[in-house]
Order: sequence, then C-alpha cells, then structure tokens
Amino acid sequence: MDTLYITLKPMTVMRIPIETFRLENGLFVTLSEDHTAPIVAVNLWYHVGSANERHGRTGFAHLFEHMLFQGSEHVEANEHFELVQRAGGTLNGSTWLDRTNYFETVPSNQLAIALWLEADRMGALLPAMTQQKLDTQRDVVSNERRWSVDNQPYGTWWEKLPALAYPDPHPFHHSLIGSFEDLNAASLEDIAHFFATYYTPDNAVLTIAGDFDPREARELVESYFAAIPRGKGKPPLPDMSLPATFGGTLREVVKDDVSLPRLYLGFRSPPFGSSEYYAASITGAILGMRKGSRLQRALVREREVATDATAFTFDLPMGADILVVDVTARPGITPERLEHEVVAEIERVRIDGVTQSEVDRAVALIGTDFVASMQQASERADQLSRFATYFGDPSFINDQMNRYRSVTAEDVTQFTATHFGEDNRAFLMYVPRDVAENAGSETTAGADAAMVTA
Amino acid sequence: MTIATRPQPGPAREYHFPTFERCTLANGLTLLIAPSHSLQVVTVLAIVDAGAVAEPGGQEGVAVLTARALNEGTPKYDGETLTDYLEQLGTSVGGGASWDSASLAMTVLHDNLDNAFAHFAEVLVAPTFPVAAIERLKGERIAELMQIESEPRELADEKFDEYIYDATSRFRLPLGGTAESVNGLTRNEVVAFHASRYQPSATTLIIAGDVEADSVELMVAGALEAWTGIAAPTVRANDKPARTSRAVRIVRKEDAPQSEVRIGHVGVPRTHPDYFSITVMNAVLGGLFSSRINLNLREVHGYTYGASSAFDWRREAGPFVIGTAVASDVTVAAIQETFKEIDRMRVEPISESELSLATSYLEGVFPIRYETTAAIAAALATLTIYNLPVDWYDTYRARISAVTINDVLEAARKHVHPESLQIVIVGDAGAIWEPLEALALGPLDVVSP
Repeated sequence: MDTLYITLKPMTVMRIPIETFRLENGLFVTLSEDHTAPIVAVNLWYHVGSANERHGRTGFAHLFEHMLFQGSEHVEANEHFELVQRAGGTLNGSTWLDRTNYFETVPSNQLAIALWLEADRMGALLPAMTQQKLDTQRDVVSNERRWSVDNQPYGTWWEKLPALAYPDPHPFHHSLIGSFEDLNAASLEDIAHFFATYYTPDNAVLTIAGDFDPREARELVESYFAAIPRGKGKPPLPDMSLPATFGGTLREVVKDDVSLPRLYLGFRSPPFGSSEYYAASITGAILGMRKGSRLQRALVREREVATDATAFTFDLPMGADILVVDVTARPGITPERLEHEVVAEIERVRIDGVTQSEVDRAVALIGTDFVASMQQASERADQLSRFATYFGDPSFINDQMNRYRSVTAEDVTQFTATHFGEDNRAFLMYVPRDVAENAGSETTAGADAAMVTA
Repeated sequence: MTIATRPQPGPAREYHFPTFERCTLANGLTLLIAPSHSLQVVTVLAIVDAGAVAEPGGQEGVAVLTARALNEGTPKYDGETLTDYLEQLGTSVGGGASWDSASLAMTVLHDNLDNAFAHFAEVLVAPTFPVAAIERLKGERIAELMQIESEPRELADEKFDEYIYDATSRFRLPLGGTAESVNGLTRNEVVAFHASRYQPSATTLIIAGDVEADSVELMVAGALEAWTGIAAPTVRANDKPARTSRAVRIVRKEDAPQSEVRIGHVGVPRTHPDYFSITVMNAVLGGLFSSRINLNLREVHGYTYGASSAFDWRREAGPFVIGTAVASDVTVAAIQETFKEIDRMRVEPISESELSLATSYLEGVFPIRYETTAAIAAALATLTIYNLPVDWYDTYRARISAVTINDVLEAARKHVHPESLQIVIVGDAGAIWEPLEALALGPLDVVSP
C-alpha cells in the first residue's frame, strides 16, 4: 500500500448573519436572515432545566414542558400542535439539565402565528391550566419514562451516569425525567410557581432564523411580547463549581435486560465554551467519531472486542462537563475484558498523547458536520439561542470552527494527560442479567456508586 | 396586532423543488444533478438496484452485508487507509441496503469533492471485500440481532413483519438477515451479489449541492465511464400475507413495564394510484401529532407517550402498521380504542377541518423537508427507486390538495381492513394474556423472542 498524500485546501469561511435586540422586559432577540427557502424557524430557550428543580420534584422541568403544549389564554387544549401543523409547520420542545427549548419551523408567511403562540404561553399560560390536563400529562410522562428509560436496554444510563459523575446534591446529580413518586407529587401550585419564577421574558431568548423581513419580524415580536412583564428574578443555583477531576475512580455495575455488556466511561471535563472545552471535544472525536477513530479502529476493527464505540461531551456550560466513552462488547467478550481493552486505549492516549493528523481528522469531520447542519433553519436557530442563553452572545456561533481549528495536538495531549488518569474515571458498566447472576458476586462487587481513592 | 387577535397568514411565497438535470452515460449509468449553492456542501448518493428483494433464496442478509462491506478496501487502498484518507477530507463513504435498493453516500465540503469522489467511485465499482472484513461484519450483524432481542421496539417491528407475511415472502425475514442465513454467507456470495447487481445500468448517481452541472458531469465521466457490465434483471418481491383473518401474537418479555403494540396488515405498493388519498387518510388516522389515534391514546387517555400509523412504502406491498407503547394494564383498552378509530375512519366521512389540517400540513412542510443536500438527494432517490415521473415533486402539493373527503373515505375502506388486522404485542405475557383472550379478537399465541 502506498501512502496517500493529502493536500488540504483552506477551509471555506461560513458566516451566519446575526442581528440582535432586547425588549424592555428583558427578552433577548436574535434575527438571522436567509432567503434560500420560504421557511422560517422560531426558537425559544428558557434558562431553566432539571438543575433548577427543588428537592422532591425531580422531573418537574420536563413535566412542565409538556404542560406548555396544553393551551394558554387564547389557545385551546391541543390547539397548539394543531395550529402549527395546520400552518404547515413542524414543532416540538425539549428539556435538558440546564435549559428548556421550544421550537417550530413554518412557511415564512406563517411567522406571525408561531410568534403569537409562543407569546401567548409565555404571557398567559396559567388560565389554561387544569388538574385534568396535569393528570393526563403526568400519565404521558410516566409512559415516556417507561418507553425511553425503563423498557429500553441501557435506558437508565442517562440518569445513572450524571448521578455518578456529579456528587449529591449538585444540581446535575438528580434524574432529569424524574421518579414516578416525584411526578405524582407535582401540583397545580407547583406549575404556577415554576411559571412565575422561570417562564419570564428576562429568563428567555428568542431566535428567528430563515426567510423573513427583519422590520416586520421586529414589529411582530414587539407587539406580541413587549407587554409581558419582566420576572421578579429567579433563585440562584447553588455553587456549581467542582474540582477539575473526580478525585478517584467511580464505579457502578448495573444488571439489566441487555444482550451484550456495555461500558459508559465518563471523565469530568471542562465546561462547554471554555478554552479547554474544545480540546476535550476533539478528544472525543479522536476516540470515537467514525470508523477511523481510535476506539473504532482498535476495538471494533483490529481486536474485534467491541461492536460499536463512540465518545461525546454533554456540553454543559456550568460547573463541569462530562466526556463520555460508550463501548458495546462483541458477543463472548466479558465485561472485565471490555473494560480492560477500553482502559488500555485510554492509557495509550493519556501517556503518549495524540498526533496532529488525528486532530486534523477530527476538525475536518466536525467542520463538515457543522456546515451540513447549518443548512437547516431550525438548527441555526437552536444554536443561536444556545450561545445567546449561555454566553449572552449568539455571534459565538461564527467563532466555533476557528476555536476548533486553533486546537493543537499539544492541547489535546495536555487535556488527556490531566483528565484521563485513575483519579478521573467513572465506570458505568451494564451487564446482561443472566450473565451477572451466573457469575455471582464477583461481577457485581462494585455495585452501587462508590468512591475509590486512586 | 395584539395578543387577543389570532393572526392570519400573509400571502405564501412561491417554492419550487430544486431543479435537477438528468443524463445517461454511454455505459448506462444515470446521473441526476441538483445544484444548490446556499452552503458549500455536496451530497453524493449512488442508488443501485441491489436491495434485499434481489437476494438469492437462502442468502438473506447478503444485500446489507455487501453494501456495508463496500468501503472495506479497493485495489489501491486497504479499508483503513481509505477510511483515514476520506476522514482527513472531512467525510466518510457509507453503504447500506433497503428492500428495494442499495445505497452509497457521502456528504463533503465543496473544496474536497474531487479528491473524495475519486475514492467514492472506486468503492462503488471495485470493492475488494477482504475475507476478514466480511467475517467481522457478519459478527456485527449477529451482535445486532442479539441486541434486537432485548430491545422491545425493534423486536416488535421485526416480529410484526414475521407474523403478517407468508413463509414464501422475503419480507417475512429481517432486512439484514437472520443469524442462520448470515452465518451461511461467505465472501463468495458477496462477490457474486456485487457482480450481478452493482452495474452501471442498474445505478443512479445523485449529486446535490454546491456544484455546477457541467464540471460535475466531467468529474463523474472521468471516474466512471470505463465501468461496464450487465446487470441482472430487477426482482419483484412476493408480498403475500400470512393470513386474511384476524390473529394475535404475544412475544414474551417477562416483567416488561410496557407493551409494545403493533396493529396492521400487509399494505399497498408505493406506486399505487391511490397514493395521495392514502397519504392524507393516514395523516388523519395516525400520521400527525394531532391525528385521531394519537389524540385519543395520548391526549385523552394518557395511555402512551405516542401512537402513530404508517404505510411502509416499498415497490411491492410493505406493512401498514399502527404502533404504540402502553402500560400492561391498559393494553387491552388501548387496542380497543385503536380498533374504534380504525372503524370510525371507514364508516363516517372525516370533517372539513380534519381534511384541511392534513392537506395544509402536508403542503406546508413540503419545503421544510428539502432544506439539506442530503434530503434533496434522498428525494431524488425516491424518484429513481419507484420510477416516478420527473415532475413528481412539482405536482406533489397540488395533488395533495386535490384529495377530497370522499377520497379519504374510499382510501380507508379500500386499504384498511379491520377483519384482517394482525396484532403483535411484545410484553409481559402473564399480565396481558387473559384480558386479551377475553377480547376474542382472533386466535392468540404466545412465543418467545
């Protein structure tokens, strides 16, 4: 085989156009014009997520998100979905640890209805709230929990890993989707209180991206949103800061209805948007993005001990982020062997670092994905809302690729040297129930979260 | 404009599906080019008449295995070198197969297109299929099958197909093959399948995005005009149903907190003349969030996180299926409500409001579906696979809006058959068997995954 010589041309520069303003009530608005297709995306981020929940109300931020689709003062129950779909649009919402978003993409002549719906529920949700709606959505969310967590192989990982990686009572520790018990305890008073505290214009950002006239869009935003009163301020989150590493090896073994062992290996890593974050994100891509990544090459292709391997960051901007390596065993590979093989790769990166060519590969793949994703108005709007919410400046979107490109192999090597040690590993291992039971206590010796000092 | 007044839409701006050029090389390869210059990104998609329906008997899974193994090496470069080269260019070339076709795809920035395409062409035409790679991919498929056994959603989908199709139909077995059929495959079958199917006259190459038609034609001709060969004829699938009367199957998953429910029967081929009335009918029944089944099961009863219906479009008749996941104790109630909605669809006309919701949704989201080069390429692939007329997308919205209340009623009566509904439930057999039996929907059996 001859070696390939690659000539890389300089990356094309893409700039998302951005215009911003703020209403007197504090609502921050970003406009981003693009007339490629006659469609427009409306996107709202409220700066509230499961981290803001009080004790005994896990899952409430997400349950509340469901209630926002149950109508408002001028919108009947079930009408929210219907009006957007009748307008020829798509819509949804999602809840994360630190934010909740609501979004629709509509034909551009339907911008007014999308903004009106968002304004009506921001300004006047409570007149539409009833006990019956709350009870129904509680059932819906309970079924969502069964569907996405309890009746899915490995489905509990996304509550178990944060629970392991963030010490109780850190706001990222508890379950986002919540327990049945806490969901059952939620009341209409909780709804009213949460709404008044967090669903206020000064705790939200609004983005409009796509085909619109900026003057007309601004007029619509002002006429629908300006009368909504500013909030009275929200209680500050407790101190989110954490040491740079776990300070030990954390471990939990889960016996589950799964066919193959799977390891989620988490590392505490620097918050999203920090200068070190980009090295962490590139580390994830070097380890687990596509077939040429280290773990896929070594564990899936060469040694055939894994069927799949990926790595990614949670992208949390406060306190600390998590970098997650996610590897599934091949049939016949024990959990012990899987862990041993993954750790060997982690050690290799920690001790020897990475090459510039690996960094280049990662940046090239991230760059293509980024440009491709920016073709969608909904994705542009969501990213603009994200940077506006987290950093007060949506134009950060236009710096992202430069920040990735400025990362060197030394930066990545420095990151792995300081974050991949035994003092910063959280092992969440899923083991097939029958295998675990046959193996007896040995396999499950590490059960339940336990801190082991490195 | 105040919040108390519901806004009305302004005049709609015109939209046209991206224009595309079509040409055929001397070797029979069809080329579709859809230039679009909003961002400097290009999707290249090859569609080959090499889907699972074309597999020789006993070789179930060879279509998927062949497509997945394409990028494992070319005469010039081994798989690892190829992967690294393409990924340094910010892209990767991935193969896959569906029932009716195989595909090879990459999305790449404009500046890297020429370099990447030379390898894309080699991967398509001259894969080496190393034995070690074939064996590894077979192992990955076996692992995938093991995973499906413990994943209720996919398990329900597979068990439903297995239950509704006749033993002589390829559709009865999983697209990627069974453990037995995959274990029986060797490099020989893969090489033979590629040689008989991956030929220029059976291939359409679609290029969508930031390109000029002239230069991209030259690029393609340079790489692919020397490719010659004769393709095996297209295979028509056997879509015979297993039975025409109602029947119920429980697939055992002890202590499952939910039942994954599938209700339906063998549906309709993609090219059926009733396509548009069926599409609107399905939107009202279970295709939209605001559809009857979802509003009933989710918003009225809170039985589920979601419920939907779909026609799985294939060249021959794919499944028509209603799917939902509900707690064990309301499984029977949810099935009863679903049956009610099916019956209602067939006995009484839908309202004007329901019709306009479905048609205005389908017309409105049309441009939203084709924002990306990947989506435009996929739309052109649909034209190719089902041999639809070139003006299909130009006339789509008009044909949707022409559907009437009566057309919807006719479509429901003609294409939804309550008397032959098949029901498959993956769930806690101990908890649901008795009430289901009492419902007397039809013969009931219980099987293990």
